[in-house]
Amino acid sequence: MAFFLDSFVMFTTQILFFLGGWIFFMRQLFKNYEVRHVIVQLVFSATFALSCTLFELIIFEILGVLNTNSRLFHWKFDLYAILFILIVILPFYVAWFIFTNIRIVQNRHLTFPLTLGAWLVFVYFFWKLGDPFPILSRKHGIFSMEQVMSRIGVIGVTIIAVLSGFGAVNCPYTYMAYFVRDVSDADIQAHDRKLLQVMDMILTKKKRILLIERDQLQQASSNRKQASGIWGMLKSVATSSGGANLGQLQQEVAGYEELSRQLFLELVDLNSTKERIEYSKTLKGKYFNIMGYVFSMYCLWKIVICTINIIFDRVGKTDPVTKGVEIAVHWLGIEFDVTFWSQHVSFILVGIIIVTSIRGLLIKLTKFFYTMSSSKSSNVIVLLLAQTMGMYFVSSVLLMRMNMPPQYRMIITEVLGDLQFNFYHRWFDVIFLISALSSIAFHYLAHKQTGEKPVYT
Amino acid sequence: MHTSVQHKMASIDLEKVRVVVVGDSGVGKSSLVHLICRGHPNPSPGWTIGAAVDVKIHEYKEGTPAQKSYFVECWDISGSVNHANSRHIFYNPVNGIILVHDLTNRKSHTNLRLWLSEVLNRESAYGSTKTRSSASEYDPEQFAGTRIPVLVIGTKHDQLDSSRQGTLQTSVIAEECGADEINLDCTQARHVAPGSTNAVKLSRFFDKVIERRFFSRDSSQQPIGSPTEKRRSFTPQYMKSLHTD
Repeated sequence: MAFFLDSFVMFTTQILFFLGGWIFFMRQLFKNYEVRHVIVQLVFSATFALSCTLFELIIFEILGVLNTNSRLFHWKFDLYAILFILIVILPFYVAWFIFTNIRIVQNRHLTFPLTLGAWLVFVYFFWKLGDPFPILSRKHGIFSMEQVMSRIGVIGVTIIAVLSGFGAVNCPYTYMAYFVRDVSDADIQAHDRKLLQVMDMILTKKKRILLIERDQLQQASSNRKQASGIWGMLKSVATSSGGANLGQLQQEVAGYEELSRQLFLELVDLNSTKERIEYSKTLKGKYFNIMGYVFSMYCLWKIVICTINIIFDRVGKTDPVTKGVEIAVHWLGIEFDVTFWSQHVSFILVGIIIVTSIRGLLIKLTKFFYTMSSSKSSNVIVLLLAQTMGMYFVSSVLLMRMNMPPQYRMIITEVLGDLQFNFYHRWFDVIFLISALSSIAFHYLAHKQTGEKPVYT
Repeated sequence: MHTSVQHKMASIDLEKVRVVVVGDSGVGKSSLVHLICRGHPNPSPGWTIGAAVDVKIHEYKEGTPAQKSYFVECWDISGSVNHANSRHIFYNPVNGIILVHDLTNRKSHTNLRLWLSEVLNRESAYGSTKTRSSASEYDPEQFAGTRIPVLVIGTKHDQLDSSRQGTLQTSVIAEECGADEINLDCTQARHVAPGSTNAVKLSRFFDKVIERRFFSRDSSQQPIGSPTEKRRSFTPQYMKSLHTD
């Protein structure tokens, strides 16, 4: 009886998440496109719903809601469902849409076998992915959960680490007012004028080209009417000089067009900086500025910790919650009920991590989608984004194990199978460090380049 | 021979009008402008950054004694969302608007209202942080007040499924503005071949733009919001009847 009640609760929340994913898809992602294949929307929302359910189950684990057995059942059910979507359904539909978009495949009947072939190739490479990594021992079978989970874990952890590394460096750079160059209205207006002047130059030259071409046409038509002779030779000399002029003009036009593009991009940059300055003067902007400082401290600390972990070859054994409690009890001498507080604190901590990671990922996906997609490729890109999202969330469950006290880790260990969790944490540290350092280098180079440009006069 | 020498010595002696080509990113504005101004399709269109300009010599009132050549400047504005904060400098002055939408994507047609209001609100956009989404919706009265000629063009006609090709409806926006509508495929030169319906509509649109710019000085002096203006706003068909072929 309790099992059915629990399942009812679970399914209700799953439907709520499904609707959330559906609305996000319609309002944000596909804002500018028409939905022609509902299957894309269905699969995306299903992936989103299943990922959120996984997080929900972690929260329930900490709070002790629902019966243990039903929780275990739902864990397994969810995990199998999401793995099925990630490995079977999504790659299949990605290949399907690619093949229907490419015009080479004329025969409609060929699409299905081709898609099946592509899916088999994907499965083969997915399998091969596990070879270079010391993921698991030989005693596991071929089709066990561990095999699949380990490979997804590798891909997902890489994605998480790259995004975290980049975000850790980008966040203070975006939010802190220290990095913002000073831009005045006069700068922007001067830049505007320069851009419009260049556009006028382009127009003048193109008009000149048109007039010369028109003259050449008139010359050619009148040449056919008149006899050749002295006048004919003189006229042909005149038109040939016009032709040389034409080539030079076209080259100049190409140069000016390139200049106009560059000026426009600089103008966009100036306007964005001005918007940022105005935003930082508002209350919300000030709040984010302070958060930027706090967050940059946290990012620095994280980078240092990662370096220490790699150098001294240690993997964090205790989670932050228990460690915090230990520090509070031993050094500060505060007496409180450890088990009670650790449960609530870990709930809040894990909750914050989950919410920020979901929100952060969705925002990044939306931005990426807007930049890359066109009306033809929108379906394929959305499915790829759904795949990234699924792998990301599944691997965050894996990594979250480290942030929870031991009594809650059990269920994850039990469900995900016997994986080498330490390997994944080490892999995360390495990729995070590489990503953070390369984004620091990237920002430094980009900043240096714009700094060297002359002040906008 | 005498006139050709004269033409060569005088540099830019024709008057010009400015037409702005706007629409969502990826609908095919660059291919369209290339087709209109050069007469043949663009084999390798690239992504537009900022604005790309092209010029065409248009014969106003062709075939009549009042025939005169004008330069029509086509400003192809980038539709990318990232560049929205700097686009407004290209909207001043504007003599004609071409709204471009993708026939395979209905949302690009619904967004045309936002594009129209963005171009018409250009004065207020200078120095402010207003983006397209926060600008007010297109207001028919405001549009009637400015009386800028509008043309609606739908692209990628060849990529429509044959079932949808038959059930194309007239554009709602075109009806509201009293604008002409063209559906074509930018990769085919024959769609704007001289003498075709599309070419006639295009030439009629350019004539309207030139006429509104150079020959309606007396009527454009009326202040916006005067009673005569308000009366006209309820009958957009009035604008069509102004133009006699």
